[in-house]
Amino acid sequence: MSAALLVMALRDPATTAALDAAGWNSLIAMARAERLIGTLAFRLDGQAVPEAVRPILADAREDAAREARQAIWEADRARAALAPIGLPVILLKGTAYAAAGLPAGRGRFIGDLDILVPRDRIDAAADALIAAGWEWVKEDPYDDAYYRRWMHELPPMIHTERDRMIDVHHTVLPLTARPTPDAAAMMADAVLITDGLYMLSAEDRVCHAVAHLLADGDLQGGLRNLWDIRCLLADVDLQALEARAARHGIAPHVRQAQRLAAAIYGAGARLTLWDRLVRARLLARNGWGQETRKLLVFAFFVRSHWLRMPPLMLARHLLTKWRKGHRPQ
Amino acid sequence: MRHSLTLRIGPATFRIGSAWALPIDQLKRLYADYPDVEGAIADFTVRLQPTSAIRRWVRPSIFITGDHGLADAAPMSLAHGLLAAEMGMNLQMALGWRRHLLLHASSVEKDGRVLVMTGESGSGKSTLAAQLGERGWRLMGDEFALLDLDSCAILPFPRLVSLKNKAIEVIAGEVPGARMGPLLGATAKGDIRHMVPRADAVARMGEGGMPALLLFPRFGSGPAERPVGQGEVFMRLTQASTNYVALGEPAFAALTRFVAQVPARAIDFPSGEAAIAMVDRVWSEIA
Repeated sequence: MSAALLVMALRDPATTAALDAAGWNSLIAMARAERLIGTLAFRLDGQAVPEAVRPILADAREDAAREARQAIWEADRARAALAPIGLPVILLKGTAYAAAGLPAGRGRFIGDLDILVPRDRIDAAADALIAAGWEWVKEDPYDDAYYRRWMHELPPMIHTERDRMIDVHHTVLPLTARPTPDAAAMMADAVLITDGLYMLSAEDRVCHAVAHLLADGDLQGGLRNLWDIRCLLADVDLQALEARAARHGIAPHVRQAQRLAAAIYGAGARLTLWDRLVRARLLARNGWGQETRKLLVFAFFVRSHWLRMPPLMLARHLLTKWRKGHRPQ
Repeated sequence: MRHSLTLRIGPATFRIGSAWALPIDQLKRLYADYPDVEGAIADFTVRLQPTSAIRRWVRPSIFITGDHGLADAAPMSLAHGLLAAEMGMNLQMALGWRRHLLLHASSVEKDGRVLVMTGESGSGKSTLAAQLGERGWRLMGDEFALLDLDSCAILPFPRLVSLKNKAIEVIAGEVPGARMGPLLGATAKGDIRHMVPRADAVARMGEGGMPALLLFPRFGSGPAERPVGQGEVFMRLTQASTNYVALGEPAFAALTRFVAQVPARAIDFPSGEAAIAMVDRVWSEIA
């Protein structure tokens, strides 16, 4: 079994009418494992579902509503913390979708608060956040040095009272990655959501989501990211998107994401061999919610590091992490 | 997963999968008299899986997870597989249950009225509930009491009672062997042995009752008894709840009503017999 069951339910909710109890158990476990249960719950709103499924979906919708409320409050607190130094808050990913009421935000799981600030203001932003009650999560000097030297974001910070994390990004991909999206252009074209909170333009929202899914990540949680992309694509001008993707150096990635979104969540698309591998990785989940296709998953994990770092640096990094007891799943 | 079982406990249904037969066989024996819900749609999936591929066979080691899990959960030996399954179900409830306010408390019922007992692990609330359950009370649960957000009733969650260390001897002396699980020695919490609740506790597991008394038992000193103020009760119950924050305003409203309506006492007791005498006395006072 693969997550094909889950993507079919998201693509065409009416297909769930044919599910038996075992099918529902698989669907629910997969949706929870991929953190798509809230999205699924909203997609199935209004569908006839078995009695036992109804409270599960109702709980998921309630959880999503609470998460959105908390996320928007965190965004507002970050706005208040950064206003004194004149930094506007540009929201990325889930919090932006929720704050702006975009379809991609409906039922979406929201983890940390992700914001984008200019690279030359990053230390000032960190100081302002610390003054407002956030603190560094990791005390590990290797990780700290690693983030500061090579990554696209500061090490994560957590609020001492509210226990919520913030990721302060200064660009889109790690500095070591081969494509280098133009973060300054993204910030310049950011659009106002509501007082003091901004998000990326419609085209940049797609570019940002694609960069994370295909140019960087090991595709963990990829089905959810691809669902975001499927929803975000509805708001873009396709020609403007092509031009924007080219400017950010990720045109092939954006085209691949469009093909995958159409193949998995839409009307279908002609896939390359490479697309098929990515699709197989994205669907690597069984009816107990466990990851399957371990070799393929591991290959993508290795690839994600390969893309981030030159080989010697990668070897040194993996050795250091191994010694500290870190193992890939 | 290779071995599996579906269980219903109170309002919640669990689908439990295991890489090994042992924990599922033990669950099947101890939950034999619970409703047969094989193949039902479950609220939660629990998984007992090897911590790594080799640990399925060589010195088997269980990673407890499921719909909800903790990445840093300590691995457990296969010999403690029954405990792992119980912990897996508790984990789903603690992290995922949203339909009632979940209180880390034991509860027993008499004449439709419920006695709720809350306290830290080791306070004696489980043992006391198990003993009362053998003495004319209906055991509703030893771990979680479910507070209904609309009616403010307490609903049962009568899973197996988990007895620890010295409590094992005390209870095993009063309960037929067929209702006792295997002795699980040297777990992270010492020796553990599970007890199957009496048949009435299982038969009436869908039936709640209105809370009439809240106790904060503490084993090891006394006997002493003191009333507990509403402010303290409220704070201690928010700490004893895993989903108070997630449920938001309805939980605040329900807990406020609970605290205003239910008298509360802290009781310290040196022995189980002393505790039962104190419970009987306080219960007759508030009746």
